[in-house]
Amino acid sequence: MDFLTLVQVLDSTVRLATPLLLACLAGLFSERAGIFDIGLEGKMLMAAFFSAAVAAMTGNVWMGLLAGIGSSLALSGLHGAASITFRGNQLISGVAINFLASGLTVLIAQSWFQQGGRTPSLLSGGRFEPIELPFAIGPTEATEAGRRLSDLLSEANVLQQIYSELISGHSIIVYIAGLCVFLTWWVLFRTRFGLRLRAVGENPAAVDTAGISVIRLRFAAVAICGILCGIAGAYLATGLQAGFVKEMTSGRGFIALAALIFAKWRPVAALWACLLFGLLQAIALRFQSIDLGGFVVPVQFMEALPYILTVVILAGFVGKAVPPKAGGQPYVKER
Amino acid sequence: MDKMPKWADVVLIPVISILLAAIISALVILAIGENPVEALNLMVNGALGSTYGWGYTLYYATNFLFTGLAVAVAAHAGLFNIGGEGQAMLGGLGVALFCLYLPLPHWTIALVVAAVGAGLFGAAWAAIPAYLQAKRGSHIVITTIMFNFIAFSVLNYMLVEVLKPQGAMDPASAKFPAATHLPSLHDILAPLGIAFSKSAPANVTLFVALAACVFVWALIWRTPLGYEIRALGKSEPATRYAGISSVRIIMITMLISGALCGLMAINNVMGEAERLVLNATEGAGFIGIAVALMGRNHPVGVLLAAILFGFLYQGGAELALWSNIPTELIVVIQALVILFTGALDNMVRMPIEKLFLAFRKEKA
Repeated sequence: MDFLTLVQVLDSTVRLATPLLLACLAGLFSERAGIFDIGLEGKMLMAAFFSAAVAAMTGNVWMGLLAGIGSSLALSGLHGAASITFRGNQLISGVAINFLASGLTVLIAQSWFQQGGRTPSLLSGGRFEPIELPFAIGPTEATEAGRRLSDLLSEANVLQQIYSELISGHSIIVYIAGLCVFLTWWVLFRTRFGLRLRAVGENPAAVDTAGISVIRLRFAAVAICGILCGIAGAYLATGLQAGFVKEMTSGRGFIALAALIFAKWRPVAALWACLLFGLLQAIALRFQSIDLGGFVVPVQFMEALPYILTVVILAGFVGKAVPPKAGGQPYVKER
Repeated sequence: MDKMPKWADVVLIPVISILLAAIISALVILAIGENPVEALNLMVNGALGSTYGWGYTLYYATNFLFTGLAVAVAAHAGLFNIGGEGQAMLGGLGVALFCLYLPLPHWTIALVVAAVGAGLFGAAWAAIPAYLQAKRGSHIVITTIMFNFIAFSVLNYMLVEVLKPQGAMDPASAKFPAATHLPSLHDILAPLGIAFSKSAPANVTLFVALAACVFVWALIWRTPLGYEIRALGKSEPATRYAGISSVRIIMITMLISGALCGLMAINNVMGEAERLVLNATEGAGFIGIAVALMGRNHPVGVLLAAILFGFLYQGGAELALWSNIPTELIVVIQALVILFTGALDNMVRMPIEKLFLAFRKEKA
């Protein structure tokens, strides 16, 4: 394996880690406020469909993004109503949301587009295009030189390869996701809102005693979760791929949940966890089975590895993952 | 006394929740430009209008009975077993291994042996999450979700690399030996002079599932173990105070729950497909959640809910065949049932409770 292949695998890692990262940060806000959310998958799926559908109809990817965020927010509202207002079981609500999204997306897609539960393929305006940073070798340089991009890249030096493949050439969402990590850290650990949000996930009664509305804080957290899931879903359908396909999230919401536990509910650790899981996906995509000196690692093992790692972490064998203390419990104000 | 009468809790609230789910489903059908009344007609005709339809309805209901009971048993101990799908997949693997590699001369022996294999594999798949919950406090919901995905990879590997016959293209095991063929309802009812569709997949497993209902009822309400399970579900500190080991109860409950999910495989893998395919479970493990919620974790309720979902599944398949409504409508209905009978339970319960209280005050 030459160096350029390695860089290309890492490049695909970044792309695949982006939706995971956004969903993971979404879950982080929600769970830090004490609302378990296993409906990340459903919200992403819903957003993926509506972003692709609206982008296909308007030809404008930003309208698609807005629609995606809107649909994800609607599901968040449902989750909030069930788990905050009506103090229902948050896990059951999450399960319901996943099924709701999985059924409704296909139903609506079939009714709107009659293409067997998918949206039409998105043309250039309906997608998030890769951004070429200055001095990077991209498709424009290739056409100018009249040669193939891969030839130009393999002749370039190591730094130029890293810069052109790994750092440049992603869509805007990838850079936004990276920024979100820092932003999440700053909001949670450097603002008053963040302090309160974390407190409401640990000891809501204390927050209530301080005269701050637990309900409002938790709804705010759930709403932020919806927005981030919306961006993640929109990236899947309009950035990573060109259109919506049935069940296109394929468990990413749960991998994000796994990454969240792996990162022990911390933003910067979430970045590393998502990059690790993205790397596993990228490797599984590029190489079918890996030969480790006579011992063949089957591709199915690579696919299962994020889940296995999460179980190991949860078991507390490699550092204990302690969730927010009030997670999953509805808050009942004392009378 | 500020409680509702029992009938309101057991009958009224579930019925209202299901009506709400039905109304919203009808609105969804209207919204995609179809006629809900026509759709319902198609579903009833397709699922209940012939013995062929009934054969499929009961076949699906058998699957859901096993997974619904599994979720219900775990729920009595306060555990949410969301891993039914994975446990049922592993149960299928157990059935396939036992049916393919053991010499089984007659279907009765095959049924018992396959049931043991299915139960063992299903229970084994539930054992690790159960142990981690009991001993290390890892949240069982998350671990069982993870184990669903791991189960899929295990099954995928076993089918592609081990069980696939040489030269075959699709990831599926070889056909089971003819001696393991389970009698279908047609075979059972024919000697009694009752004509039943020959091509429908409902089979003798239905009676195993009904026996499982009785077993779960007896276990939960008529044995000391059942008492301990329910006690743990009500209050963990109280059980500890009473000298009951929560580790032991969590392990036993989850092993029973996993075994019940695994047993589903004798219906779908052995009874219907007669070979192991990749997507054998078809989401039945998740339907168990809806079935248990709707049936209020009681075997009788689970039985009724399983038949309702069997009807929805068969009706939905017919609907997709004869109209423009895709089968995913059933997933939406399933989601609405889980939402209203599970997560939004209080939304229905609180106004009704108030109503009963107001009524009682007037009387007094």
